[in-house]
Amino acid sequence: MKNEKRTKIILGIIFAALLITGGLPLWKHHHFRTPVVAGPGVTRVIHLSDFLPSLKGTVADTDVFVLEGREPGGKALVMAGTHPNEPAGELSAIIIIENAIVEKGTLFVIPTFNVSASRETKPGDGYPLYFDIPTPWGAKRFRMGNRDASPLEQWPDPDVYIHYPEKQLLSFLDIRNTNRTWPGRPNGLLMERVTFAAMELIRKNAVDVAVDMHGAETMFPVTNCIVAPEKSAKIAAMVSMTVKAMEGFDNHVEPSPENFRGLSHREIGDYSDALPFLLEAPLPFLDQPTGPKTEKLMLDGKDPFLLSLSRKKKLFVSYDENGWPMDKRVGQHTSVLLEIFRQYSKKFPEKAIRLSGVPRYAEIVKNGVGSWFHDPAKADPKSIYEE
Amino acid sequence: MNIIMILYYLITAYLVFILGWNFIREKKSVNNLILMLLVLTPLILRLLRVK
Repeated sequence: MKNEKRTKIILGIIFAALLITGGLPLWKHHHFRTPVVAGPGVTRVIHLSDFLPSLKGTVADTDVFVLEGREPGGKALVMAGTHPNEPAGELSAIIIIENAIVEKGTLFVIPTFNVSASRETKPGDGYPLYFDIPTPWGAKRFRMGNRDASPLEQWPDPDVYIHYPEKQLLSFLDIRNTNRTWPGRPNGLLMERVTFAAMELIRKNAVDVAVDMHGAETMFPVTNCIVAPEKSAKIAAMVSMTVKAMEGFDNHVEPSPENFRGLSHREIGDYSDALPFLLEAPLPFLDQPTGPKTEKLMLDGKDPFLLSLSRKKKLFVSYDENGWPMDKRVGQHTSVLLEIFRQYSKKFPEKAIRLSGVPRYAEIVKNGVGSWFHDPAKADPKSIYEE
Repeated sequence: MNIIMILYYLITAYLVFILGWNFIREKKSVNNLILMLLVLTPLILRLLRVK
């Protein structure tokens, strides 16, 4: 090799430049935080580690916003960010935290359930690192997350994931998926401990209703729906019919399969007294046969390939030139959530959950999601939490 | 961090050291130098806890 030293220095510089230009955006994304302004309804903020101390100081610990009403009533847990690549749930949870006033009952809201997954994304699949939501005071930026927890925090994966305690064999990848590790165990792997801590929150606080907000592909049959086990099915059916009749959008009921273990809508119901519901909003971004996975596709859900497939009746939701915008997805989540509380309160008046200040579908579609986010620059610094 | 994870980081650091050492000692092939740097990329990103 001629000029050995010079060649190695040049190659070393090129390597370092590639490493820095490729790695720095990922490092920044990992450390980026979105400020959330705790609204007047938030009475205290606790942590998941309060229910399992071994989570304290780990990336798996997360904020739990508690909104307590003046009157005692039912208790509900609202979870978002179980899959941080399905962000309509997270936006809905933040709308609740920043705006809801609970009149009766108690609300526990977790906006970032799987923190580890929220801090990495899929650059190899061309995922954007961030997405911006327009608000009256400027754009509010969010991290785009991934479905599963990062191997930086939980590794190695087993060859086959054996679910605890049902012993069902699941995909190795699902050991990092917090919608497969319910009900969890206190001495398990990190994501099993996350779901165990949430189960402890439910059991120790005698939570009555647990709602987990998600998004799903338009080509997947379990989309645009409420997934409910037997014990939640009647309320879910009433909710589905009411939102269709009163608010004009479809949201059918899917039964939670008894023999598919580890999912929140199955295990929360089986291992506690709470009634679980899992909400799925259509999310074209997750579909495989789309164009580039851009921020625009995430926000407006418009894709020419899906439109073509829709004309061939290959999708499980109605789809036209308007796509499935974020406002519509978030609006569905808040409306369905409020309707679940209303129907539950009708059935169990002594354990009613009543809240105000949370917009419904039509208001969010009309004004945009960003209208309900508060400007952190104008908020009391003590009320700001970084997610 | 569990014991397997710690061992994994130690193995990664060892591989980074070996590859770096071989990079310094390589006298003949530019291709080998480039290959070593390519193999180093994910190992360094993991050690730095970036990816």
